[in-house]
Amino acid sequence: MADVTAQNTQKSWLARAADSDLWYSFCRSPVTIVSAILTVLFFVSAIFANWIAPHNPFDLASISIMDASLPPAWMEGSDPRFWLGTDDQGRDIFSTIIFGARISLFVGFASVIFSMILGISLGLISGYVGGRLDAFIMRVADIQLSFPAILIALLIDGVARGVLPRAMHQDLVFYVLIFAIGISGWVQYARTVRGSTLVEKNKEYVQAARVIGIGPLIILWRHILPNVMGPVLVIATIHLAIAVITEATLSFLGVGVPPTTPSLGTLIRIGNDFLFSGEWWITIFPGIALVLLVLAINLLGDWLRDALNPKLR
Amino acid sequence: MLTFIAKRLVQSILVMLTVGLIAFSLFRYVGDPINNMVGQDTSLEERVELKEKLGLNDGFLLQFGRFAVNAAQGNFGFSYQHRRPVSDLIAERLPATLELSLVSAFLAMAIGIPMGVYTAIRRNSWLSHSFMTLSLVGISLPTFLIGILLILLFGVVLRWLPTFGRGDVVQLGWWSTGLLTASGLKSLIMPAITLALFQMTLIMRLVRSEMLEVMRTDFVKFARARGLAERYVNFVVALKNTMVPVITITGLQLGSIIAFAIITESVFQWPGMGLLFIQAVGNVDIPIMAAYLVLIAFFFVVINLIVDMLYVVVDPRLRVDSAGGH
Repeated sequence: MADVTAQNTQKSWLARAADSDLWYSFCRSPVTIVSAILTVLFFVSAIFANWIAPHNPFDLASISIMDASLPPAWMEGSDPRFWLGTDDQGRDIFSTIIFGARISLFVGFASVIFSMILGISLGLISGYVGGRLDAFIMRVADIQLSFPAILIALLIDGVARGVLPRAMHQDLVFYVLIFAIGISGWVQYARTVRGSTLVEKNKEYVQAARVIGIGPLIILWRHILPNVMGPVLVIATIHLAIAVITEATLSFLGVGVPPTTPSLGTLIRIGNDFLFSGEWWITIFPGIALVLLVLAINLLGDWLRDALNPKLR
Repeated sequence: MLTFIAKRLVQSILVMLTVGLIAFSLFRYVGDPINNMVGQDTSLEERVELKEKLGLNDGFLLQFGRFAVNAAQGNFGFSYQHRRPVSDLIAERLPATLELSLVSAFLAMAIGIPMGVYTAIRRNSWLSHSFMTLSLVGISLPTFLIGILLILLFGVVLRWLPTFGRGDVVQLGWWSTGLLTASGLKSLIMPAITLALFQMTLIMRLVRSEMLEVMRTDFVKFARARGLAERYVNFVVALKNTMVPVITITGLQLGSIIAFAIITESVFQWPGMGLLFIQAVGNVDIPIMAAYLVLIAFFFVVINLIVDMLYVVVDPRLRVDSAGGH
């Protein structure tokens, strides 16, 4: 019985989705479809990296220094096992890209979620409570906004290196990175959510909820939050692209993820050393992967923004 | 107008104090300053004595005050890593970063604004479409990757341009400039383009959207109806009215150009402050980090102030408003 109802609601949900403006505008934009497919490909290969990648680049038993620095398949002296070539340690570039994209996406995603939680909470509180707290939070946001995110992330990373003992920093490097990137991006969410909250809180449904004695936390969570989420999703999509770039940049600068678990940025950094000796594929292929990933997410975000905002059409 | 500027000034001072506080906390509480100054074989008594002598036992406010006064005079102590005064290190590297940043900002504006105007006027030409597509690619290309691609193309394959350093520099007093030598100029090309590209796309998109908005307004239609030349309408009447947001964003971007210079300098081994900073982050060289932080904050605050004042110059409404006693 319960199963039947679940199926019914799902069906109607699907039918509703197929009917919606969003789906319509999605189908009409080939660029969006391509970028959606690309994004899904990246996500799927990141999640199932262990099964999809032809080699495991971190299994020391399977890599051989004899295979080092092989060029991609269409060039002379290549090996058909490695169609994008190998790096200086004989690791398959294609496989390291898949595993690297996994780490880039993981750090990017976690940072976006962290920013979102922080920004939405502060925005809701700021808009709903108002007064001095609001002024204080927004002033902090203003100050932070006048500094570029990358600088804030760099600084937090630097401080973490100083505060944490070296061994501990090695273990915590992912958390430090997620914290650093996440904290550098909360302002956008907070500002948007605050603005929408200011509008929503004076509407009748919120007043009604207040009149029947619902506490402010439940009002914020159950009544206001669902109504301010639209723009937040748009920001989150574009922010994911920014977070992936920020992570790649930090890793490229040598203060991000360690070379033992390389992200796309780390791979580019490693490959950069071989650029002058003619082994361009070690750095260029991870670079192309990074650009494709970010471009696809950006295009999706652009489309989502236009589709959700009829005024722009 | 005066109250407007005074308000901004107070805000700027607050920002500087906050940043100073953060820098001071870094300085004082991250790691042990004594440990960083002395060797392994210093006895405990000597450490205690040194701590007293340096005033590290004084109250928080007193210490912070001392730090602020020193910082205002440009004194940030010694670098742990280089064993030299931080102020000297920064003074050596400041010209490199400023030259790179200013040239990039100029490039970004000189190319970005005309491109924005063009894409707004000829909205549907193929060139506009390709500009817009290019700008999206430009936004998705991380700065360091642009640098690597340029190095690969012009440095490794074509061998036209040097791939690292500043080339020969000429000393003008304490300012070392690479703008006066051929090798200096050649070295500047790739880093400057790398740094400018992102800002260029940003400025182009901004100018375009602002132009599109302004072109719809009545006064532009009126100017056209009066029979003014198309070029005059586009470039004087319309462009002038897009300048407020353009100035804001460009001004604020100048700050982030200086910050993004960290990445560019790291790719091209450009001997500027950014390279100094990134090395300091890697080695936990707190005095350099603190000094860089304060200096960058100072740049940001000054740029913000100038932008605010430019507002008043560009937008007469601000002047009228405050004269009217708002």
